[in-house]
Amino acid sequence: MALLTARNLCLGYESHAIIDNLNFSVNEGDYLCIVGENGSGKSTLMRTLLGLQAPISGEIIMGDGLKLNEIGYLPQQTIVQKDFPASVREIVLSGCQGRRGLRPFYSKEDKALAEENMERMSITDLSGRCYRELSGGQQQRVLLARALCATGKILLLDEPVSGLDPKVTAEMYALIKELNSDGITIIMISHDVSAALKYASHILHIGDRVFFGNKEEYLTSPAGEFFRLQQTGEGGEADA
Amino acid sequence: MLETLSRYMEFPFVRYAIIVGVLIALCSSLLGVPLVLKRFSFIGDGLSHVAFGAMAIATVLKVSNNMLLILPITVLSAILLLRTGTNTKIKGDAAIAMISVGALAFGYLLMNIFSTSSNISGDVCSTLFGSTSILTLRKEEVWLCAILSVIVVVAYIFLYNKIFAVTFDEDFAKATGTNAGFYNLLIAIVIAVIIVLAMNLVGSLLISALVIFPALSSMRVFKTFKSVTICSAILSVICALAGILVSILAGTPVGSTIVAVDVAAFFIFYIVGKFR
Repeated sequence: MALLTARNLCLGYESHAIIDNLNFSVNEGDYLCIVGENGSGKSTLMRTLLGLQAPISGEIIMGDGLKLNEIGYLPQQTIVQKDFPASVREIVLSGCQGRRGLRPFYSKEDKALAEENMERMSITDLSGRCYRELSGGQQQRVLLARALCATGKILLLDEPVSGLDPKVTAEMYALIKELNSDGITIIMISHDVSAALKYASHILHIGDRVFFGNKEEYLTSPAGEFFRLQQTGEGGEADA
Repeated sequence: MLETLSRYMEFPFVRYAIIVGVLIALCSSLLGVPLVLKRFSFIGDGLSHVAFGAMAIATVLKVSNNMLLILPITVLSAILLLRTGTNTKIKGDAAIAMISVGALAFGYLLMNIFSTSSNISGDVCSTLFGSTSILTLRKEEVWLCAILSVIVVVAYIFLYNKIFAVTFDEDFAKATGTNAGFYNLLIAIVIAVIIVLAMNLVGSLLISALVIFPALSSMRVFKTFKSVTICSAILSVICALAGILVSILAGTPVGSTIVAVDVAAFFIFYIVGKFR
């Protein structure tokens, strides 16, 4: 059974549907990229997958023993976080909060897990530093480590490279690919179709034309055709 | 000077004032940290004006214990304000401004029309800028305040990690299974209770100062959430203590003296932060 299946999903705000009748599934170890124009409902879809927003109709089925709260999430940065006084360790550790339930303090295992994930993201030497003083790439690593504390199974990434320079972007993609190779399922929202095609195993294109399948199929599909034409026509849309 | 102080200390009402002042300063500074970070600095202002409006209604209706009316109205407004903060048509700051100014105007209007005393502007002024009621506290009120403060501090320590998670990233906390809505509600209720209690001390206009100044000051210098919280609590207690003592010695109004000390502390921290 698939890790996550969307069946006849209809999404939007206040009964105004943005996406209608969406079907796709994610298997363990997949690397799914969600692409589409601005306003096509990518973020709405992500909020629905995270359980922050209810779908208008249709359902999301979790399989393989995945529970609703076992999805790690790398959000886009908010204004609040830009000048938040918190150390890297405090933030990474807060990824364990969801599992604590009503217990007030973190356990030894939580702390060990946080250390392990900081090691994995090679930010251990930053652990005492203040989050707001880090570079954009370092901040993303901190938030990734936090997401890894929340789950070892599936990560949802909302435009993880927006605002990063090309070198750090490449490092970030490599890091995500590495996590995927370690067996973590990845779902990523991206504007960057060329990178999506390079790293992802599956593509979900939403908007006027909807497509779901693996990336070889995408290149020959009408939706992929449209994007390719647009890219060569406008000289690339990577940062749109 | 010490002699004057020790002479004043012999009066129980001076001791009560110091105890209550310090406790309220402690509680409000603790909650100030998440509120400032969530961009809700103005909630103290908004809620205190609501409390003022409620007090006007209580006065007009001649309710014997006006706390019975002020507390529920303020708590209700706090819940509405913090709930609307995330996702509504009227955004957080506009909603707070609207309720705050509306309640202030409404309260003054009521006091003016249904006036029972000959000195309305004096009454209004004392509710806004702190009255002498801190010096007329009864023993029961001091106990009530102490018990509430202990509850607030203990709850804050036990929920500290959850408050951090919800403040830093509400969506992430929600998505990974923390009941963010409940903790927001809790913060709203507690801050409303503190504001109603603090009205006695500094008056409704100056409460926001107690909430935001210690948090803002410590954020200039400290860089982790824990150190900011601890520093904010200590700083607030020191400022409140210093403010009350100065006001006793110099005969200045208690509320504005405390706030003045808070402002001074902010500038010191600002300069220290610049040179670090």
